[in-house]
Amino acid sequence: MSETTVAEPLVVEQGETKPGYAGQNVARKEDKRLVQGEGVFVDDVRRHNMGYVHFVRSPYAHAKIRSVDVAKALDHPGVLGTMTGDEVALLTDPFFQISSPPGAHLKDYCLAVGKARFVGEPVAAVVATTREGARDASELIEVDYEPLPALTDARQALGEDAPLLHDEAGTNLTWEGVYEWGDLDQAFAEADRVIKISELHFDRFNSTPLECNGALVEFNRGTGQWTIHTNNQFPGFAAIMMGPAMRVGLDKLRFVTQDIGGGFGNKITSHPQLVACCLLARKLKRPVQWTEWRTDFHLSMSHGNERWFQDTEVAIKEDGTLLGFRTTAVDDAGAWLRYEPLGGVIWAQVTPGMYRWRHIRLDFKQVVTNKAPVSPNRGYSRMQHLWFTERVIDIVAHELGLDPVEVRKRNYIKAEEMPYETPNGCIYDSGDYTKMLETALDLIGYDELDSKRADAESRGKLLGLGIGSTLDSGTNNFGQSRLINPELQFSGNNEVATVKLDIFGEIVVTLGTTPQGQSHETTASQVVADILGCSVDDVNVRAGHDSYWNSHAGFSGTYASQFAVTGLGAVKGATDMLAEQMKKLASVVLGCSPEEIELAEGQARMKANPEAALPFMALGAIINANNAGLPEDLDVTLNCRYVYRPPFDPPDVERKYGNLTLTYAAQVHVALVEVDPETGVYEIVDYAAVDDCGVRINPQVVEGQVMGATAQALGAATHETFTYDEDGNLLTPNFYDYHVPHALDMPPLKTGYVESASPFTSMGTKGMGEGGGAGIHAVCAALQDALRARGNAIVYDSCNPYHRVWELLSNPDESRRRVTVEAT
Amino acid sequence: MDVVTSQTVSVEVNGTSYEREVEARRLLIHFLRDDLDLTGSHVGCDTGNCGACSVILDGTLVKSCMLLAVQTDGASIETVEGLAEEERLSPLQQAFSDHHALQCGYCTPGMLMSATALLRDNPSPSDAEIAKAIQGNICRCTGYWNIFEAVKAASGQEVEE
Repeated sequence: MSETTVAEPLVVEQGETKPGYAGQNVARKEDKRLVQGEGVFVDDVRRHNMGYVHFVRSPYAHAKIRSVDVAKALDHPGVLGTMTGDEVALLTDPFFQISSPPGAHLKDYCLAVGKARFVGEPVAAVVATTREGARDASELIEVDYEPLPALTDARQALGEDAPLLHDEAGTNLTWEGVYEWGDLDQAFAEADRVIKISELHFDRFNSTPLECNGALVEFNRGTGQWTIHTNNQFPGFAAIMMGPAMRVGLDKLRFVTQDIGGGFGNKITSHPQLVACCLLARKLKRPVQWTEWRTDFHLSMSHGNERWFQDTEVAIKEDGTLLGFRTTAVDDAGAWLRYEPLGGVIWAQVTPGMYRWRHIRLDFKQVVTNKAPVSPNRGYSRMQHLWFTERVIDIVAHELGLDPVEVRKRNYIKAEEMPYETPNGCIYDSGDYTKMLETALDLIGYDELDSKRADAESRGKLLGLGIGSTLDSGTNNFGQSRLINPELQFSGNNEVATVKLDIFGEIVVTLGTTPQGQSHETTASQVVADILGCSVDDVNVRAGHDSYWNSHAGFSGTYASQFAVTGLGAVKGATDMLAEQMKKLASVVLGCSPEEIELAEGQARMKANPEAALPFMALGAIINANNAGLPEDLDVTLNCRYVYRPPFDPPDVERKYGNLTLTYAAQVHVALVEVDPETGVYEIVDYAAVDDCGVRINPQVVEGQVMGATAQALGAATHETFTYDEDGNLLTPNFYDYHVPHALDMPPLKTGYVESASPFTSMGTKGMGEGGGAGIHAVCAALQDALRARGNAIVYDSCNPYHRVWELLSNPDESRRRVTVEAT
Repeated sequence: MDVVTSQTVSVEVNGTSYEREVEARRLLIHFLRDDLDLTGSHVGCDTGNCGACSVILDGTLVKSCMLLAVQTDGASIETVEGLAEEERLSPLQQAFSDHHALQCGYCTPGMLMSATALLRDNPSPSDAEIAKAIQGNICRCTGYWNIFEAVKAASGQEVEE
């Protein structure tokens, strides 16, 4: 099923005895505990006398809060205390807003203050001695609401009658940015054809990690410090949101994670709930524990950005050469800007997609609605934009009668053009998209497409083939935030690792990251073992993140496809330092120069005389416990900390121009679907996923990420959507109504890879893991191809459950009206 | 509101006997996790859909969030903590690691219990039989493909490397 090869070992440092773990399918260090149920997830953390937190949530999408009465709850047996919005407004300041005005004016607290703005918004919290007791007591908190009209369609947000969510902002359009590069007038003047697409819609969903959010929070009254055991995946971000809001320095917030049950970006913005837990732990003088319920997660946490692309115009030459496009993107942020409006610039990392068009204009309008706040979701904001560009490619091909394969090959950025500067100044580092496409088509048996189609037809089915080609841009330049708000003082990126040699020769690695299944303990030990000349079994990577370890920096965390660059870059940097120090120490003991020492087989030894050797244990013991008599000027600690900092400049704010991410992993997926024309029911009958993430440290881990991202994409393409009714009630608040892929849903999968080393990273790696968006588009394109034979409908939505396909079959003109072709 | 019914529950879990006073409404999963400190079994939903809490009760695979603890009085329960002997992983656990059938590991305990129950009934299952057996276990990381491989490998069937 899968293609697994052992790549050439990556030689990190020259030396004959290097073990060459990088590039191998080294068994995962994490597995032994996880397959025995011995992982420590946040809900597994216990403390004496801890209380359980339950949030009271708004049943209204939009309502004034007249009063909150907790008296009956406080009388309930086992209840330890409560917290309301009025208290929060006194004890904290609103969260810092990333947005420039008017979004900057939002007043966002950890509990609703004065008004509730979506169904499921936390309005009050109660703590009791048991989970069940807290839930019971929450029913006794009486909230007097005055319901207001709800805004549930972003396209209505600017209407005169639209309810206003945030009086402080004065508008529901909280952020707008007009991006324009190249010369649109010239592009449209040169065009032979202009294709107009009135509206495309990218649906609202998220990755629904199986473990919901949670925390166990302790407050140390003597030191004023909170210890927050949590599964937040970006503690660096949580800290800068929480500290100012709670009016404390970051030294007062200690974040601890171990095992995290999936994140996919959805665990970045739990900071409001963490603040509520901190306030309760301090108020009640005891540890408090919060584990989010599945329904609460669906109602309130981190939906993916829903986006409409309106009034799109595409300039094309007769031969299918794409010149440029203009469009308006209306983005639905939900009720609060918890990580937004960063989505308003992050799409621009992949402005032209994989294509060579140079003339692009996009008017990004982000509006607030009475729905759950959006936040990063695997493929964050690029996925929406890449789905749009892929839809454009296939609609163009469809309307002009061109072959989608040929249109892609004609317009893909060529391998020989790498590194390629996009119209907005991003640098695509490396890649060979045409080769990827050919590999994927081979895997799917493209040569036999006609006979496959005829075979399907003989069974009364419509067969369609669809391609999705996407980029997974990784290692953010946080300077891009200045395109959102020029006042912001963020730029660059960083990650930290420490590597030390301890008394008995233990190699101990600490990371700043917060892995959620990405195998950091394994891949980090591969890099360390290669540099130190020892076994991966000799390398001990601490599980999880702890801000007490001093191995973190401002951007530490696990998000945005960057570990293979930032995390492993930090690990390599720290290990190189340690190796240098070990050689220096050995040279002092053995009476030679450091250049005469090599590290191999768990020893520091003289290259010319391998018998003159010090085992790592001796080095560790000397520096840590037996150091009398060492030269005074010997600068060796055997405890090395390295901060990896990628090479970035701040972007040009005026031109909205600059390099926004360091690496560009790529995906080309091909789907074959068979549609039943009578019902719209369809099946994905074959599927190929080809990935290129540069040098692969552990191919099996890479393939695992490809598989997982693909499965999530197929879920999003076929079933998953957070659907609201017109009153703002979420109709898919649990796994009954929100159908994620099950084992029976999975199509056959073929994987392949191309390896284009990044010239910009220390090991040729690229961040990867989010490249699932290709699957959403591959299914859309395959459906459109299949329906060509029955009504010729245009697929205009990212999510196409059977009923929508049936609508396309039964009323294709409704979809066709969205597209017009004009000759110029 | 003061009326709390509770009952003494005696169970054997992974060969160890436990007796506890339990609130009648307490779910089996919370009894295992909170009262017996067997935190290997997990909670991933509120509705019995995800299977992270799957355990084997008197030889039958069950979702422990769909049963009350008091219903299991006198029963024998197997959980993920009982799969390995001493430190030696079961063939299925080893195969999950060998075939990268887990990433975050949150669904893994339930997935292992479902697959264990399957292999007891059907020592050499096909892909379709594996899919049917684990259809009640949601995994958001792997797409299930490597789980099929692992279960087949554990049953001694040849697996494409």
